[in-house]
Amino acid sequence: MSHAHHQEGWVKKYLWSTDHKIIGFQYLFTGMAMALLGGFFAYAFRMQLGFPGKSVPGYGLVSPNEYNALVTNHGTIMIFWFAMPVLIAAFGNFLIPLMIGCDDMVFPRLNRLSYQIFLLSALILIASFFVPGGAFGGAWTAYPPLSAKHQYSLTPAGATLWLLAVALEFVAFLMGGINFVTTVMNSRAPGMKWHQIPVVIWMIVVASIVFMASVGPLVAGAVMLLFDQQFGTGFYDPVRGGDPILWQHLFWFFGHPEVYVVLLPAIGIVIDVIAVFARKKVFAYKTVLYTAFATGILSFFVWAHHQFVAGIDPRMANVFTATTVLISVPIAEMIFVTIATLYGGSIRLTTPMLWALAFVAEFLIGGVTGIYLGSSGSDIYFHDTYFVLAHFHYTFVPIAVIGSFAGVTYWFPKMFGKMLDEKLGKLHFWATIIPFNFIFIPLFITGAAGDHRRIHDYSRFPDLARADLQNLRAIATVATVCMLVAQVIFFFNFFKSMKSGKRAGNNPWNANTLEWSAASPPPHGNFEVLPTVYRGPYEYSAPGRESDFWPQDEPPDGEAEPAQEAAE
Amino acid sequence: MIEWLVPQASSYAASIDNLITLITVLVGFWFLVAQGVFFYFIFKYREKPGQKAQYITGEKKEEKKWISRPHNAVLVCDIVVIAMAIKVWVEVKQTMPPADAKVNVISQQWAWSFEHPGPDGKLGTEDDIRTGDELHVEVGKTYHFNLVSRDVLHSFSIPVFRLKQDAVPGRIIQGWFKPTKTGSFDIQCAEICGVGHGLMPGRIIIESPAAHAAWVAEQSQKKLASAKAP
Repeated sequence: MSHAHHQEGWVKKYLWSTDHKIIGFQYLFTGMAMALLGGFFAYAFRMQLGFPGKSVPGYGLVSPNEYNALVTNHGTIMIFWFAMPVLIAAFGNFLIPLMIGCDDMVFPRLNRLSYQIFLLSALILIASFFVPGGAFGGAWTAYPPLSAKHQYSLTPAGATLWLLAVALEFVAFLMGGINFVTTVMNSRAPGMKWHQIPVVIWMIVVASIVFMASVGPLVAGAVMLLFDQQFGTGFYDPVRGGDPILWQHLFWFFGHPEVYVVLLPAIGIVIDVIAVFARKKVFAYKTVLYTAFATGILSFFVWAHHQFVAGIDPRMANVFTATTVLISVPIAEMIFVTIATLYGGSIRLTTPMLWALAFVAEFLIGGVTGIYLGSSGSDIYFHDTYFVLAHFHYTFVPIAVIGSFAGVTYWFPKMFGKMLDEKLGKLHFWATIIPFNFIFIPLFITGAAGDHRRIHDYSRFPDLARADLQNLRAIATVATVCMLVAQVIFFFNFFKSMKSGKRAGNNPWNANTLEWSAASPPPHGNFEVLPTVYRGPYEYSAPGRESDFWPQDEPPDGEAEPAQEAAE
Repeated sequence: MIEWLVPQASSYAASIDNLITLITVLVGFWFLVAQGVFFYFIFKYREKPGQKAQYITGEKKEEKKWISRPHNAVLVCDIVVIAMAIKVWVEVKQTMPPADAKVNVISQQWAWSFEHPGPDGKLGTEDDIRTGDELHVEVGKTYHFNLVSRDVLHSFSIPVFRLKQDAVPGRIIQGWFKPTKTGSFDIQCAEICGVGHGLMPGRIIIESPAAHAAWVAEQSQKKLASAKAP
């Protein structure tokens, strides 16, 4: 009896919880598990590309059919089941109530339902690998008619399960987004004005709004595609009055804003971490917000740069070239702000700071290479080559991998009440960053030399089946293996520190934001006394103060250091 | 810069390559400046004992100029890139110089086929020459192509021409090229089209006028012979 009770308690606490922190962890761990799956897929198809036709250790031979399924689901997983759950849902859920100083989300049960639907979507995606015909292999963009008709895709069940999983994932994030925006609007601690909200929270809110505003057309498009697949309707079938290009518009109308949906939270994390470890106020806080709004709005007007050569009216390309290249202005400005924040700082190269700085250095490469692709004239050549692939991995890896590591290593003490091991953290950092560059620099070159995407084996293309290009492909593959193996260090450090790391205390980084005045880890309800806010989040090294930080909730007359910090 | 890796074999290949070089110079310069300043700051302002960080809000005008000036520089570079991109785009995709000859390009899962004009020099007549996977063209002539697909999306890509155009079922998409160099080069399908996407290679054979005429003659002989055979 008591045992059954205990069981129920565990389930209620960790699986059926409405506590925002537990839901954040659910998203975090599910996202990390999916990232491992997506990483394994990358390992399998990169081995085929680096060493074509050889059996891949731990996988076996990669057939063309499986190759397409692996590539497709690698992309799908890394964006929808890794970047989004970790950057938006995990950090959003964990951080929003703690950083705005309230006890939970405004819709806790909607929040729980959001995760449950997300989990279901992940399970459906995984199940699609075990149905007759195998998993969908028509690329993560799922262009019809290939995705719409079984006789073309040859994956009758896989294609539909894939689509269903993606649609359910959107539903989960719509619920999450409503929750995030409403909570930040309504539940801020007394005294917290809009310009005293930490940048990362702003970014998650803007990202959620952009997501909710862009995903609707794609959900409609997905339903039409589902009907085409299962009921033989002709929404995308030219023979029956449909148009395959329609899907591309609906997909990219969501798909390009989606890039900024994941970029904004990552850059928010990076800016917060840089402020803490440079002991500096964020340079031009309001400018950061305006650039985020500008990016969010502009992101709705750039989508067709994915379709320059898709058969759209060629005059349209001129408009989308202009909007696309111009979005570099707010993005560049965000980067300038982070660099300017370093000026005059007192920089501590802790593990989270290394990740945050690496984000800036690596994302710059992704940013500038985007100009080649936004510019219609040069995109004619680069479109659908490995140059594109290397470009967006130089944006997505900094966003999803580097940004997440910056966040996880920074908030780990708050999440679990223990410190991560710094030595292992730095080892993991270098063992990830160095191979990352060795994967994608060579792929810029193979792409510029003409390697087109989603090709199982280049041996049939005499201009590409050259030893020099094959060597570059092999270097990228070896580096992929190194980068994946390095993650063992992270997981070892993560779980070991969780168990036996040094105790963290409430505020190990001497940071200002509200989450650091809660206990580590924060109990249910977060704060003993709900905090009141007296100042902005970045009052570091303020003149006339002895200490170089000034918590948001410290009363103005309380010039004396609080007792607990003095004890440390 | 691309010409170091892939030869230029069409009249507009150089325009596209020059645009790529221009972008490399413009963004390359700012990229190096940004990275330089970034790493210099990390080095210069690392923690020193007893030294507090400066308190700079970045909200004052004389501080803001440090981001508004590079902001304006980026804007100017953007406008240059946009103007040049549109110029190249209009040359390659929005204008069609008069054709000397026409070809039909047919894509399907998973093969290319091509229809060339026969000895009469006209497409759509009895003597058209149909080939699988090999497109024969004459150097120096301007070609219009009609691109169609029989099933899913494909993309007609000839890297040495810097040409890429998706094929969409239900539509005939027109484009042009003018070969400037003889030789034989890859034709790719650059849009995923199913299991055989990687098994859809083609070749373009660019011939001198004499060699091309000989090829046309040989092909029409063959065609006549096979027509008479049964």
